[in-house]
Amino acid sequence: MAATLPAEPFPAKKNMHITASGGGQSPRKRRLPWADAAFSFVAHAAAWLTLALLAAIIASLVIGAWPAIREYGLSFLWRSEWDPVEEKFGGLVMIYGTLMTSFIALVIAVPVSFGIALFLTELSPSWLRRPLGVAVELLAAVPSIVYGMWGLLVFGPILATYVQQPLQNVFTGVPYLGALFSGPPVGIGILSAGIILAIMVIPFIASVMRDVFETTPALLKESAYGLGSTTWEVVWKVVLPYTKSGVIGAIMLGLGRALGETMAVTFVIGNFNQLDSLSLFQAANSITSALANEFAEASPGLHQASLIYLGLVLFFITFVVLALSKLLLSRLKRNEGART
Amino acid sequence: MTLFRIVALAAFVAFTSSAVLAQDVTGAGASFPAPLYSKWADAYNKATGAKINYQSVGSSAGLRQIRGKTVDFGASDIPLTDADLAKDGLMQFPTVMGGVVPVVNLKGIAPGQLRLTGSVLGDIYLGKITKWNDPAIAALNPGVPLPDTAIAVVRRADGSGTTFIFTNYLSKVNADWKAKVGEGAAVNWPTGAGGKGNEGVAAFVQRLPNSVGYVEYSYAKANKMSHALMQNKAGSFVPPDDATFKAAAAGASWDKSFYQVLTDQPGKDAWPITGATFIVMQKSQDKPASATATLKFFDWAFANGDKMATELEYVSLPDAVEDLVRRSWAEVKDAAGKPVAFK
Repeated sequence: MAATLPAEPFPAKKNMHITASGGGQSPRKRRLPWADAAFSFVAHAAAWLTLALLAAIIASLVIGAWPAIREYGLSFLWRSEWDPVEEKFGGLVMIYGTLMTSFIALVIAVPVSFGIALFLTELSPSWLRRPLGVAVELLAAVPSIVYGMWGLLVFGPILATYVQQPLQNVFTGVPYLGALFSGPPVGIGILSAGIILAIMVIPFIASVMRDVFETTPALLKESAYGLGSTTWEVVWKVVLPYTKSGVIGAIMLGLGRALGETMAVTFVIGNFNQLDSLSLFQAANSITSALANEFAEASPGLHQASLIYLGLVLFFITFVVLALSKLLLSRLKRNEGART
Repeated sequence: MTLFRIVALAAFVAFTSSAVLAQDVTGAGASFPAPLYSKWADAYNKATGAKINYQSVGSSAGLRQIRGKTVDFGASDIPLTDADLAKDGLMQFPTVMGGVVPVVNLKGIAPGQLRLTGSVLGDIYLGKITKWNDPAIAALNPGVPLPDTAIAVVRRADGSGTTFIFTNYLSKVNADWKAKVGEGAAVNWPTGAGGKGNEGVAAFVQRLPNSVGYVEYSYAKANKMSHALMQNKAGSFVPPDDATFKAAAAGASWDKSFYQVLTDQPGKDAWPITGATFIVMQKSQDKPASATATLKFFDWAFANGDKMATELEYVSLPDAVEDLVRRSWAEVKDAAGKPVAFK
């Protein structure tokens, strides 16, 4: 791969820019002395309002879930029973479904998004860059229920006919792998939900990745190209290390969206509370899907409290994910310091 | 100052007089009768000028709101027991009926060709009968080409009155179902894929070959789905339609209590999976004017709304039951203990 040389010497341009904007302007008279105070008050109020809302949401979740917390305590997290008639509840099935579908979504979405961002910033001919970028961003604007209906009516049958049945034919009787692909050939379940989620989070991850890739200083890239690096080496050894906090941020944004997605998952996951079969093609349930389906008709008491408890668990999962990503970032930063 | 007083007085008079002329009524609850209540409210508004607002929020939420007195009437697909009503000082009455219909997607089998009994249907939903050519199904359907394929079971994922009627029926006719699953708006399903709402189940059944599901009658009819004939308590196989739903309502002892789940009713023409939908009101009214307006609305709907109900595939109550309902309204009283007027 031949390295492209910069078309114009941009350090010179930069200097020009600075001198142009740094021209002497006479200091303006302050006209509204109270405006600063008012602005500071509004900004503070907005910040505190966020914290107050967060505290209020946690408090109301805990209060609403209290009957279930008192009844089950932490055992709610590993009980897999969900029986509204007998009033026995446990969240394991939904927690597993939420984590597993989000995991599948990330496994698919991260490499694809990386490829899209890479293509858009490094490889794409310039005439294709804008339309392709806009197309990716447009995908993010499609309502999730549309993805759900498309998944149920179009994608599910295709997955069942061209993926699931061939896989089942190949792997029947093979231990472990056979069980992984078992299940009625209807094209709904954990895998469908994961794939639909992947399609939904790709635009988010890809567009953020593209934006952060673009922040890499051209100087660094051109230097690497000048030393004879291939495009892949430039991306892997220059762009990615430079933008890794942004890339992790993009992945976390996608994960957050996957964990919280409701409507599209409800359509394709099958809404079946079971853990007997961990097959990728078996219908399952997720936290958000259970909430969306059962909340309107949940009888007051333990059923409703258990659903709110599930909401609290989802809140906690999201919090842990965020905390882990912050931890990861600070680790990366420390390593950076050690190297230099 | 005087001008301000005049304006204030005029505004006050205008406000109170409009409140007297057209008392706005608010109700909330079940989603199943919501299309009909909206249509009735619209026609009632054109006829009388009174406004009825109905929020389709689900039976459970509707009951919560009427207990909290934030609405004038609640609506539920699941009747409250007399004990529950007494505990909260509530009264209920039925408005219209609907039927739950088992629908199938089987190649080469015409609508109404497949015959099922409650106990076989229960075994299918329990996962005990897994193939269409199972001897239990074949015995009911001599001469019908049943395929040698797995049954794809479809059911509701969300809590609903439809599920309550369906599981209530299965509990009555299948002992195993009663012991293992029971009845309720949401149950612990032993098998099957869950669709959201009647439309979700309808979409699943139409998409999945060899599937069976259950939907409200109006959905089965609107989507031209292939229904099954069900065996009723008297032993005859009946199709779902207005006549068989009405026959189910006729057999119930409404005069004793409005707590009637119309499943598995006697009568040789009765559709076995029928249910009514109910209105719930506070017995003791802080705002008798609203109660009067509410009862007037339903009085008008019983008198003029049957045709609208039929158009939307609901089944109106037999006239005798409507009269019983009108008589029950004497239970709704104002603070002084006087029954509120509805004429």
